[in-house]
Amino acid sequence: MENIPASRSGTPFDIAIIGAGIVGCAMARRFTLEGAKVVVIEKASDILDGASKANSAILHTGFDAPTGSLELSCIQGGYREYIDIHKQFGLPLEKSGAHVVAWSDEDEAALDGIVAQAHANNVEDVSLISAQQLRRCEPGLAESARAAITVPGEAIIDPWSAPYAYLRQSLLNGGEVYLDCEVTGVSFSAGMWELATSHGAVHCAQVINCAGLYGDLIDKAVLGTASFEIKPRKGQFVVFDKAAASLINSIILPVPTRRTKGVVVFRTVFGNLAVGPTAEDQEARADTATDQAALRTLIAAGIAKVPALETIPITAVYAGLRPATQFKDYQIAAQQQRNWITVGGIRSTGLSSALGIARHVFELYCDQAEVEGGGRKDGKDSATQPKPQINIQTNTRTNTQDQKCKHLALRDPQVPPVARLAESTTRDWRCAGHGSIVCHCELVSEREIKAALKGPLAARSLAGLKRQTRATMGRCQGFYCSARLAELTDGHFDVPLAPGAQQSAKDKGQ
Amino acid sequence: MSDAKSWPQEASAQANTDMPQSAVEVAIIGGGPSGLAAALELKRRGISNIVVLERENEAGGIPRHCGHPPFGVREFARVLTGPSYARRLVRAARGAGVTIRTAVTVVELRPGGELLITSQQGSELLQARRVIVATGVRETPRSARLISGARVLGALNTGALQSLVYLQNRKPFKRPVIVGTELVSFSAIMTCRHAGITPVAMIEAGAHVTARWPSSIFPRLVGLPLYLNTRLVSIKGTRRVQAVEVETPGHGRRLIECDGVVLTGGFTPEASLARMGHLAIDRGTGGPVVDQYGRCSDPVYFAAGNLLRPVETAGWSFQEGRRCGGWVAGDLAGDLADHARATQLTSSDPGIKYLMPQKLNLTAPPEGTKREGMKHVQLRFELRGKGVLTIHRGSDLVWQRSLHVAPERRILVPIKALLAPPSHPTDTPLEFRFKIE
Repeated sequence: MENIPASRSGTPFDIAIIGAGIVGCAMARRFTLEGAKVVVIEKASDILDGASKANSAILHTGFDAPTGSLELSCIQGGYREYIDIHKQFGLPLEKSGAHVVAWSDEDEAALDGIVAQAHANNVEDVSLISAQQLRRCEPGLAESARAAITVPGEAIIDPWSAPYAYLRQSLLNGGEVYLDCEVTGVSFSAGMWELATSHGAVHCAQVINCAGLYGDLIDKAVLGTASFEIKPRKGQFVVFDKAAASLINSIILPVPTRRTKGVVVFRTVFGNLAVGPTAEDQEARADTATDQAALRTLIAAGIAKVPALETIPITAVYAGLRPATQFKDYQIAAQQQRNWITVGGIRSTGLSSALGIARHVFELYCDQAEVEGGGRKDGKDSATQPKPQINIQTNTRTNTQDQKCKHLALRDPQVPPVARLAESTTRDWRCAGHGSIVCHCELVSEREIKAALKGPLAARSLAGLKRQTRATMGRCQGFYCSARLAELTDGHFDVPLAPGAQQSAKDKGQ
Repeated sequence: MSDAKSWPQEASAQANTDMPQSAVEVAIIGGGPSGLAAALELKRRGISNIVVLERENEAGGIPRHCGHPPFGVREFARVLTGPSYARRLVRAARGAGVTIRTAVTVVELRPGGELLITSQQGSELLQARRVIVATGVRETPRSARLISGARVLGALNTGALQSLVYLQNRKPFKRPVIVGTELVSFSAIMTCRHAGITPVAMIEAGAHVTARWPSSIFPRLVGLPLYLNTRLVSIKGTRRVQAVEVETPGHGRRLIECDGVVLTGGFTPEASLARMGHLAIDRGTGGPVVDQYGRCSDPVYFAAGNLLRPVETAGWSFQEGRRCGGWVAGDLAGDLADHARATQLTSSDPGIKYLMPQKLNLTAPPEGTKREGMKHVQLRFELRGKGVLTIHRGSDLVWQRSLHVAPERRILVPIKALLAPPSHPTDTPLEFRFKIE
């Protein structure tokens, strides 16, 4: 098997990130911006193929996260950074706000505590509102809504375009990615890692394990032990027809129970309304099957909260797995002697916290460098180096970090083009030269499909194409566009949508 | 909350800057049998400035990918396959001078006949004095059927299967299970056989085959096992379908090995433009609420063909389209009965799946004129059996008949029998009830 070249420049990588989920993508961006040579290794053919493929697409303020937790600090760091960078990338941010709605005496009794916790978490604009005030904001809610808490800062974003943008920024600025590439073995000597992968050996100074649902298995294989155990928790969702999106304005959150945040009714930036998730513990790390009984329960829960949903058809159903562990908080730890950082147990808040996690891990990395008595690899005294220019990407580097870090932050990082899929963006169908519309339900153009089939992150499965373009995610689920898509994706997918008759005749001959 | 409310307006503000605008007398959305028939009739009536907007690269509609007979018996008095029928329709329309714009997608219907559309040139606005929406039907996809199991490649509707096979000579699977026994389900068998695909079983949740004889004996003729009272429980597989789990009461659950699933039938009008816009939708049909002229809640809009209700043949849709073309021509001349003075047709009977039209202007029209509108109320039932259909106006019994009903079986009630003297109040709904014997 061929060796993966150390990096484009021929020297070993500074950082290898295992796993291209939302956390791995944000990590790649952060370390690239900080000047490290980064490689991302992903076992699937498309990125975001594990826990990150399905979530509720909400950017959380952290108002209800455990006070003082690492999760809270990462959510809040991630939230701030997303607000800072979204415009530059052209990523959507719809500050819909959220309401935590009380439907029972018990719920109502819990509201004060939630407000107090929000304030303790420095989310100051969270406050109690009456049933009347709630009704004015949300006339589509059932009469049985008692009272609510308003959380103005909660927002909805595009859960796939954002991580694609993060990783694309890394790639545009010197990062690399190996897809369909599984780590099969490792060795560590003289401060360097050699990762054996299905594509050859990767040499790097530092490994960051962002393997999500497989994070504990990677740690066990490499370190001999894992400090946590992944307990996959399935969440199923139901997406209603876009006609439902006008029924609510904000995110409708339940009063949480001990186990889960409960069933949320939320709009998406694509114009849908969805209800979910369920919370089902399971053993399997890849099984995202949906279950009719669970879906019916979700639909009923949605109708109980928003009665007009009863008349609205279902567009899609999906399920995702959260990499929960036996612990409540994130499990992020550095093995300082071994240049290994594990980022585990990022369960349901990863989309909100990813950028914050990446900053936190960068800090750990800098601290580790200090312990090692590191300093800059180029041998020059860091004090004689020009200070990195302060801009949005690098503005949090502290002077001490700067002195500890081996790398020079990029002065003027390039910003990649990003898919415009949210309704608030100028969708491609509005622009001349889009070819024609391929997916009529989601108005996906031929130009968008072709763009998603090119480049280092080219879609290699229908699931990957969906995340990059939304093709077939609408009402008809491929009734109208399957043939056209099969034609456009010929030769691009690992498993073809539908082989041509000639192709299948050849298969028979073999 | 102000942010939440402002965003859609921002989106439409972008849409309105510098968009090309044009105007036509009548815009027809959808170039299938009913849309093309409406266009032909409008031309015949001397309405010249019309356009058919077709989102596919070729007009012709669903028959384009039904590669088997019988099509065209009513329209062309001969037995054609779907694709040659579609080509003949398009030729006839073009020959009559109808402008057909292909690869044009209508994005939004706006009050008063303004259409937001997109084509290779980007977005544009089209103002029409009347709009005929003829966007047809599609089958219920896997998601809306809430089928359990892995969401893997290989579970398709008949429409997708046919377009893959007939338009592109592709083979999405080799040994699928066919789910459902509607007329289209037998079309799925024929499509498979054409492509050298061998279905392994046909399953039906009900106790009877839904389609009428002779289709119902077709599986036996081709040696395909047909399992009645058998429900699809879940789909198994990792990347592609590997098996389905089915359940038959009294026999429990079992696996059928297969590499695909054809989810047939369960038709629903492709009414998303109406649903997303301002037109009222009928819960029974899933299409827009119409009166006997196919006129929608915004009287500038008309609906024709299978958008009205699921589901009829191409030939039936063609006839409906042609009549609708006539009504629109009549409306432009000011000849149709008043839109506002219509009586509601209702049913709270769970056995009655739908009524179409849902509104009737009960003023008796001169017979044989374009004011006459549809001749029948079309009904479908959820149940099977013999019973009495009664129609009531308040405490009055207006009409009754003994009937055999079955799912997906068309029942027609003559509208003439429901017309009332003009003096009668129009706000009393006509209530349809069915009592099984």
